[in-house]
Amino acid sequence: MSKLNIELPGLKLKNPIMPASGCFGFGREYSQFYDLSLLGAIMIKATTVEPRFGNPTPRVAETAAGMLNAIGLQNPGLEKVVGEELPWLSQYDVPIIANVAGSVEEDYVAVAREISKVPNVHALELNISCPNVKHGGITFGTIPEVAKQLTWKVKEVSDVPVYVKLSPNVTNIVEMAKAVEDGGADGLTMINTLVGMRLDMKTGKPILANRTGGLSGPAVKPVAIRMIYEVSQAVSIPIIGMGGISSAEDVIEFFYAGASAVAVGTANFVDPFVCPDIIEKLPALLDRLGFEHISECQGRSWKEHGQRTYHRA
Amino acid sequence: MIQKELCRIIGQREIAADIYELTIKANLVKEISEPGQFVHIRVAKHDPLLRRPISISSYDKEARQLKMIYRKEGKGTTLLAEMVEGMEVDILGPLGNGFPIEEVSAGETALLVGGGIGVPPLYELSKQLKAKGVKVIHVLGFQTKSAVFYEQEFLQNGETFVTTVDGSYGFKGFVTDIMKDLQFDILYTCGPTPMLRAIEQKYSNKKLFLSLEERMGCGVGACFACVCKRPNDLSGVSYKKVCSDGPVFRAGEVFI
Repeated sequence: MSKLNIELPGLKLKNPIMPASGCFGFGREYSQFYDLSLLGAIMIKATTVEPRFGNPTPRVAETAAGMLNAIGLQNPGLEKVVGEELPWLSQYDVPIIANVAGSVEEDYVAVAREISKVPNVHALELNISCPNVKHGGITFGTIPEVAKQLTWKVKEVSDVPVYVKLSPNVTNIVEMAKAVEDGGADGLTMINTLVGMRLDMKTGKPILANRTGGLSGPAVKPVAIRMIYEVSQAVSIPIIGMGGISSAEDVIEFFYAGASAVAVGTANFVDPFVCPDIIEKLPALLDRLGFEHISECQGRSWKEHGQRTYHRA
Repeated sequence: MIQKELCRIIGQREIAADIYELTIKANLVKEISEPGQFVHIRVAKHDPLLRRPISISSYDKEARQLKMIYRKEGKGTTLLAEMVEGMEVDILGPLGNGFPIEEVSAGETALLVGGGIGVPPLYELSKQLKAKGVKVIHVLGFQTKSAVFYEQEFLQNGETFVTTVDGSYGFKGFVTDIMKDLQFDILYTCGPTPMLRAIEQKYSNKKLFLSLEERMGCGVGACFACVCKRPNDLSGVSYKKVCSDGPVFRAGEVFI
């Protein structure tokens, strides 16, 4: 019997491990390393109505135990994603979570309406938290009323459940989470990257052409854990947790904090095999910790002993 | 196919000031298809987090050996330089597309122009071109005398000109100063972007292949960190990835 299967709105997952959006393209590059059907799900790269080139280079800079990126939502546009990338992914037995981005409300609505009709798209991830684009993105993710309104509009047109990706670059993330829950969100994904900057030793100027970028990697993990711990107690919708996960132990910690599934981001760049490796190692780790099923770990950091868990398949 | 492998270090030596030559034993050598490809090396668990892209300077498929030459500069390459024979290093590769040797025929002349740490991938190229019967001429540019390496190795394959910016060794000046007096059928180059730009401007009428360098994330084409624009692109959104479409491009293929 599987110890890892999880059921969430729109998603029947073989296991709760999925690559995070922006860290896996549309899967093609990683399909040369392993069978993508091994994954619980795939969060594809953010899709906008029109193709985008993104920001000038340099787009990445390293920091201690992390990296800054400012890619700028480069993607081939809705038509190509729906016409080419998603059909290509349909050869794999894996549900797709489509990351939806835009500059104005109408963009999000247009992408959500079309992309949610594609058969292998089982859920949407509303990207209201990208720190690297001039318009849209994070502006929707820092004002609760705006986020709620956008969630509502996208829910109206989407054929599949809608998860909202929360930004850590806010004063009160619980307030944001409650607002999108009120807006009808079926789930949350968190956290997106933290806005940061690095300066060049010789020139004294920012290394990134965009000046600022989003910090990811092991360095942000404690921030993600704290935020999931707070939000999971304040809302009743499930959380897909992310932020610096690179091992099976990290996954368990996110479940303890209150996540019901997790996404692996930056670690894919370091080790292309990280997702299947984690999936392989989880059952033995659960045994060692005395759990029969991974859902028993969920919310352990704050739940009373013996309290029943949710979302078990 | 790209492999991930723990490879044993069988040699590491400083061949010029802060320039190191690392030799490893690796099964992934059999996957190398052309000179100019690179590997992605993981030097620490978390800090630095990302792998370092380092070009392959020579390889021997039978002996399963691979050499890389790199400059000790940041945290990652400093850690790499501290590694010694017998230790293992986590390598992903071979990555990218290298220099096409089928673009030149026996009896023709190839000019290989390298600048600084762009010189290493030209060495394997030089060996293979010579073996094919191509006449090879090298122009190697360095900052200063202490940075010069592999002059003797290149000399074994053909005529070699060395330039230094400060004139402390070889010809004083830039590689382009030497190039203008040379005749050739094909030009392969790797080095700093301003050098590549100058060469592309002057030799756009020639058969020319350039190897680019850019900050990378994943090295396999997934993260979109190392993209470059295409020239004469009216849409403004077409691109090439240095890691997986390059690092070697035909002149005019990308905007340098």
